[in-house]
Amino acid sequence: MTKLSFEESMKKIEEIVGELEKGEIPLEASLDRFEEAVKLARACQRKLEKAQARISKLVKTEDGFTLEPLDESSED
Amino acid sequence: MPSVDAAIGEGHVYSVSEITSRIKTLIEGRFPDVWIVGEVSNCTHHSSGHTYFTLKDEHAQIRCVLFAGSASRITLKLQDGLKVYAQGRVTVYQRQGQHQLIVSNLLPLGRGELYIAFEKLKEKLRKEGLFEEARKQSLPEFPARLAVVTSPTGAAVRDVIRSATGIHPGVEIVVCPVRVQGEGAREEIAEAIRDLNRMGWKDLGRSDPGDGGPVFDVIILARGGGSIEDLWAFNEEMVARAMADSRIPIVSGVGHEIDFTIADFVADVRAPTPTAAPVVALEGYVDIAVRLSALGQRAAAVLSGRLERHAGYLESLKSHYGLRGLRDRVASAMQEVDETLARARRSIEGALESGGAGLGAFKAKLEALSPIATLDRGYSICFRDGTPEIIKDVRQVDKGDRLRIRFSRGAATSTIDATDDITEEDGPDD
Repeated sequence: MTKLSFEESMKKIEEIVGELEKGEIPLEASLDRFEEAVKLARACQRKLEKAQARISKLVKTEDGFTLEPLDESSED
Repeated sequence: MPSVDAAIGEGHVYSVSEITSRIKTLIEGRFPDVWIVGEVSNCTHHSSGHTYFTLKDEHAQIRCVLFAGSASRITLKLQDGLKVYAQGRVTVYQRQGQHQLIVSNLLPLGRGELYIAFEKLKEKLRKEGLFEEARKQSLPEFPARLAVVTSPTGAAVRDVIRSATGIHPGVEIVVCPVRVQGEGAREEIAEAIRDLNRMGWKDLGRSDPGDGGPVFDVIILARGGGSIEDLWAFNEEMVARAMADSRIPIVSGVGHEIDFTIADFVADVRAPTPTAAPVVALEGYVDIAVRLSALGQRAAAVLSGRLERHAGYLESLKSHYGLRGLRDRVASAMQEVDETLARARRSIEGALESGGAGLGAFKAKLEALSPIATLDRGYSICFRDGTPEIIKDVRQVDKGDRLRIRFSRGAATSTIDATDDITEEDGPDD
């Protein structure tokens, strides 16, 4: 499975819940789908709870751009 | 001596009133809203609250009237010798046959120049349609990467970061350092917006997800409060153009709540302050726990309902004589945990272990929803031995078929001795 963005994950969870509500899929498959929703919810949660936000500073170079850590000491 | 009639010829003869009225119509139609710069003289404050004065330069002068209603809105104290910008409409006072400016706004020189430049650019860009809702881009619901165009050393950058990480601690923020006032500020801001639109994934040292979209989901344009002069870079046409050309949606958070800059009008969304900008940009994450919880509740309602119906059916079978032998026989045969249920259990347990306040309600629902919980209440699930097929209908099995029964703890295999179709009275509806 390719890595889904937060937005795609939320859409997918919504889609699965909608599918479960329709009740057209057999119980076994429902459990599988449910399990998939749990995995996606966990992935969303991990993204939200990443202990450290990635904060950097864009620096323009001759070849293009690079990212450097935002220098805390330069903040007043 | 030629007669009067001959001198006039076929031409129309106006009365004074008529010609004055015509002149009035022409002038007033032509100058309904103008700015005039000049020096105040002959200033008279009338007891009625109206102020009469003359605006003049080296070569001409024009009468001006500031009516009491307008005067109350204008803070500038009028006096002779003051150089001002006066906004208003030109009218003709017919009794004196004199044109005059009915003043609606007055600004001292200097500040006035900026104000007029602001109004002119605003009007120009509005006419071009740059402020129209139709051309504004909508923000993505769940942005992952924010670019913040601002000074790297001001209070604004810290306000933005604090506010953003408060909403979404895992969000990625790239600060694009620019001067936000003074010489070169407008060029740097415009260039930064263009750079961000040009930037590729390799500039971030990442692989391209191949969706063709820009690297950043939202640009936040931020600057703390200040005077009109301090905020001026955000009133520059160059900045407005770069913003309008951006394919990355832009949220402006410039100055205080009461400050409106051209950038605020061009921005896809205007936030009142730098702190408010991430709240606007990351709005989708703000109520994420509520949304996930609601989804969990819906899934729980559906799945637990279905499991209950199956469990009820199994319960009815359990009391039936046909399963008595089976029940006795399975007791001794402990088996491996069914693959599907084991997987479900692991994922649910994993979700529960990973903790975190935001998704707590959702996880509680998942737990309630787990088929394991249902089994704990004394229900069992029958599978066709060696397959994931769940037996929901007696018609799925025949005498001699092998079944695997999943209990709350462990499992057993058994063989069917007899079947009895009681579906009509007690069967599940699916």
